[in-house]
Amino acid sequence: MAEFFKKIFYFYYDGFRSMTVGKKLWIIVIIKLFIIFAIFKLFFFPDFLKTNFKTDQQRSDYVIEQLTK
Amino acid sequence: MLMEHFNMALVNWSRAQFALTALYHWLFVPLTLGTSFILAIMETIYVKTGKDIWKRITKFWMTLFAINFAIGVATGIILEFEFGTNWSNYSWFVGDIFGAPLAIEGIMAFFMESTFFAVMFFGWNKVSKGFHLTSTWLVAIGSNLSALWILVANAWMQNPVGMHFNPETARNEMMNFWTILFSPTAVNKFLHTISSAYVMSAIFVLGVSAWFLLKKRNEALAKRSMIVASTFGLIMSIFMVVTGDESAREIYRVQPMKFASMEGLYYGETNAPLVAIGFFDRTPSPVNPKTREWAAKIEIPNLLSYMATMNPHAFVPGIHDLVHGNEAHGIISYYDRIKMGKLAIAALKEFKMAKKAANDSTAKAALKTFEANYKYFGYGYYNDPHKLIPNVPLTFYSFHTMVGLGMLFVLIFLLTLIYGVKGKLPKKRWMLYIALWAIPLAYLAQETGWMVAEFGRQPWVVQDYMPTLSAVSNIDQTSVIITFFLFGVVFTVLLIAEIKIMLKQIKQLKDGGQQ
Repeated sequence: MAEFFKKIFYFYYDGFRSMTVGKKLWIIVIIKLFIIFAIFKLFFFPDFLKTNFKTDQQRSDYVIEQLTK
Repeated sequence: MLMEHFNMALVNWSRAQFALTALYHWLFVPLTLGTSFILAIMETIYVKTGKDIWKRITKFWMTLFAINFAIGVATGIILEFEFGTNWSNYSWFVGDIFGAPLAIEGIMAFFMESTFFAVMFFGWNKVSKGFHLTSTWLVAIGSNLSALWILVANAWMQNPVGMHFNPETARNEMMNFWTILFSPTAVNKFLHTISSAYVMSAIFVLGVSAWFLLKKRNEALAKRSMIVASTFGLIMSIFMVVTGDESAREIYRVQPMKFASMEGLYYGETNAPLVAIGFFDRTPSPVNPKTREWAAKIEIPNLLSYMATMNPHAFVPGIHDLVHGNEAHGIISYYDRIKMGKLAIAALKEFKMAKKAANDSTAKAALKTFEANYKYFGYGYYNDPHKLIPNVPLTFYSFHTMVGLGMLFVLIFLLTLIYGVKGKLPKKRWMLYIALWAIPLAYLAQETGWMVAEFGRQPWVVQDYMPTLSAVSNIDQTSVIITFFLFGVVFTVLLIAEIKIMLKQIKQLKDGGQQ
């Protein structure tokens, strides 16, 4: 079993090491994910209903109020 | 609440932000969907023939596929952020319906990407040819299945079926998963979208290969790639036309206003002609459109009636018929729908208040009124039915651009296949230039297709039940404006990076000669 996981590890390890254009792509992917999750999500995109209300009952009351006022 | 009481600036910025994100996201997705299958076909030829040239071809296109995938991956996540922040009423309203398809998509994408993608890229010479080929096919199938779930969710918004609205929670609850999955709108949307993505990818392969032939480089790779792309593209473009035709009928059935807008049909007609080419002289007034507002148009007699109903003499309602109703054809006017919508909204409010006050008999009566009128719930937010008409010129031009380009692509595939089989492609330089310049046109066709689907259904975010104005969160519009521009910058940078890296890979591909 250990041998199996070792093989899988080296499969990925060698694959990443031997990448050429892939290295540049990985850098872009990492920067992009950082911007998306650490900047956009954190600072600009809180979940409105989760942030402002504690229970589903409160959320549904609020949405009904918004839909019917 | 009436339309006039909503913060329309916030609604419009939220819409603009979502449109920007979706349009940019959609620049990356179709190439992934289609190229994955083209790669699988190329690798299958390699495994069958054992010829190294096919391995070289597969690896080259796989590199371009990887660039597009890496740049585009996770751009769709932003749409989900926007649902939670900017469109919280909508997210709550549809939550239970979207949960299942999006969860399946997430799990499927994770497993697919972490296993078979890795084998596809790292597995050359490390796993057997058969296993590698299987992985490539599984990546293609998996990517497309991933798209299925997103498109099913979108189709539900265009044609909400298989659900029940719970007035106590204000949420739609899934009643039948299979009804949602196999609704005619979902089936047509999926088939038409993926076939158009295949066509775009085939055009991409064709165009890049044409560039090699124009530069007299990598001719063996280019000629073979063009044969695969034009064969695949021709089959898929014909399939795309068939599924597009089916989609049009489905739109006519469930979204007649969108259908009328796609054709710029203001007044309904029997024996309705299809506008093959047309230009508005000026933006027609939705209240009182005039026939002279067409600068020029070429029509095909009876084709619109046939396209909508399979009967060349049938009546096709225009925008005016939908707004004002048409008793002879059983069309309920938007005026009446607005009245029923207002009854439904008032009944929901009364139901909620009666429940709170534990007044069961009032709650029961309110619920009865609500259920009788819920079908037109979303109309109740409006007083003026003309506000329920989408931007007709935008929908019309988008639709006709998409269809016109689709027809052009069929012709391009046909000609490149004929010339390719005869071995005449390198000499037909005009054809090669057309194939090369078809790449931006293919992207344009994709984006206009999206615009037909999404602008054409306005003002609905969920057809007939929820307009965009009641779907937005009550948040500060400044943050929406800031993120709109931030997204614009980030996506543009990503797009430039993709184009630059791809061009570099294409230009630096070592010449493999003519054979």
